[in-house]
Amino acid sequence: MNGDIALEVRDLHTHFFLRRGVVKAVDGVSFSLHRGEVLGLVGESGCGKSVTALSLLRLLPNEAARTVQGQVLLDGEDLLVKSKRQMRQIRGRKISMILQDPQTSLNPLFTIGNQLSEVISKIGAERGGGVMQQAIEVLRKVKLSAPEQRVRQYPHELSGGMKQRVVGAIAMNRGPRVLIADEPTTALDVTIQLQYLNLLKELQENTDMAILFITHDFGVVARMCDRVAVMYAGRIVETGPVREVFNNPSHPYTQALIASVPKLKRPEARLHTIEGQPPVLTDLPKGCRFEARCPHAEARCRAAYPDSFTVGAEHAANCWRLDPA
Amino acid sequence: MQGYIVRRLFQGVVLLVIVTTIVFAVGRLTGNPVDLLLPEEASEEERQAMIEALGLDGPVLEQFVVFIKGAVQGDLGVSIRYRQPAVDVFFSRLPNTLLLMPAAMLLAVFMAIPLGILSALRRGRLTDKVSGTIAVLGIATPNFWLGILLIYIFSVQLGWLPSSRMGDWSHYVLPTITLGTFLVAGFMRLIRSSMLDVLDSEFVKLARIKGLSEMRVVWKHCLRNALIPVLTLWGVFMGGLVTGTIVTETVYAWPGVGRLTYEAVIFRDYPLLQAVVIMDAVLILAINLVVDILYAYVDPRIRFT
Repeated sequence: MNGDIALEVRDLHTHFFLRRGVVKAVDGVSFSLHRGEVLGLVGESGCGKSVTALSLLRLLPNEAARTVQGQVLLDGEDLLVKSKRQMRQIRGRKISMILQDPQTSLNPLFTIGNQLSEVISKIGAERGGGVMQQAIEVLRKVKLSAPEQRVRQYPHELSGGMKQRVVGAIAMNRGPRVLIADEPTTALDVTIQLQYLNLLKELQENTDMAILFITHDFGVVARMCDRVAVMYAGRIVETGPVREVFNNPSHPYTQALIASVPKLKRPEARLHTIEGQPPVLTDLPKGCRFEARCPHAEARCRAAYPDSFTVGAEHAANCWRLDPA
Repeated sequence: MQGYIVRRLFQGVVLLVIVTTIVFAVGRLTGNPVDLLLPEEASEEERQAMIEALGLDGPVLEQFVVFIKGAVQGDLGVSIRYRQPAVDVFFSRLPNTLLLMPAAMLLAVFMAIPLGILSALRRGRLTDKVSGTIAVLGIATPNFWLGILLIYIFSVQLGWLPSSRMGDWSHYVLPTITLGTFLVAGFMRLIRSSMLDVLDSEFVKLARIKGLSEMRVVWKHCLRNALIPVLTLWGVFMGGLVTGTIVTETVYAWPGVGRLTYEAVIFRDYPLLQAVVIMDAVLILAINLVVDILYAYVDPRIRFT
């Protein structure tokens, strides 16, 4: 077992069993996350990024959703076979998550201090001069102004950026091994986004916490991540070091995504768009899922799902055109 | 917070003035009570004397001014049937109703909250379906019929419980159930649906991410949020509760305000009826004020606006 790996996901399948059919939201996702690493998970809306994240925590949104196959190894232990009670001990302590919308992530009826107190242990509180004192310290760590007042305030009295700092503090207070950040800056103002990303980066550098950073913003990937995994229709189609993937995108979907990012150097050019729609997740094609939208599609793309082919150091993509044979 | 209460009190006074005006107007529209109070063979002098005694001579506007003047001082006229001030009659009956109403409310709270939560947590399963069916029946059954049905089963057939009048605890069982059933059913469905909304919310997800126990997630993070819509509709339910006492107290011969209302209608004791309706309005407004204060206590977003 590799001691350097904080989280390893193997062949994860999470399906929604609905009346109109089985929606294969996550359909064979594998990746690993090293200690202290930031892995970006990118892809368009509905490609299964968030369901992947929730599957790792075993907090799927409803009963129709089930993780039917796979392993989620946190420090070598499979989370998918843990009991509910064990899982509660792991959540927040070993694996944690920051949600997308700070406006709704905090309970409107309780003070910030109250909600923070739930992630402060008794021992920590005794050592740190009481729960509230400890809560103030926690807020200080995420650089929230006037923490002494904040602990007594309610969520509606704080701005979105401040709330997201509180959510970050809640998620990271117990020093989890893995933090999942599901588009944590999407709902924030652009100026606040950068501050928040810098804060996350700073907090992470002092620990060996690994971050799974879910986003659809390549700018954020470039700033935050060490490696990136591109997801399409329930599967990861390309992974690699950020610089590698940016310079040499190998899957046509990744190429199209990068081509659709606006560039400052050529402001006059029309933005590139990807024609068509992703496949319906209840009725997935046998072959490559991007085939219908791919400019390079061939007969074998329809016949079978492409294997993973290595294109560089730690860089691989699932596309038949990369087949050396 | 004080400003909030003062504002609510002021709104209550305005509402009360409107209610009083309507009650007064409706009282004049239903015909001359003298015709009903006196036997048919009464002479014109007797009629005239009665009209004067009741203050029904003079223009309507003048009558209204007199009525309002009296109302402000707590004088809502003299009951024709009891020959006592109507307000005194009302207050002599009020304690009996104030035993019944809270009993029904407590029944509603203790049944509806757990059942509503359980239905939401087991959405679509048997528990949910059974409680849903019972709730629909509870809302759909008129309480005069439920009252008679309960009397038939538990008093007449089984002989377990008394069918009328006040007495020891056993006298409370059937009236409380009769009065409380629609509250239980209404609250239960309301709590179920608001629970489902709350369970879906992001802060509940975060609470679970924190690794909190399911008990804590449900009772701390969900319930208080789920109760807000219940409090919002509390006023509506209170109106239903007050009108419910009219039927329930009549069916069970319960000497409360509800039965008094019924009697006032039957005997055309219109000063008493006016007094009862206005006092009921005061009662509902008072309950609503308490609920509004409670509302502010539960939801900090209200407290600070």
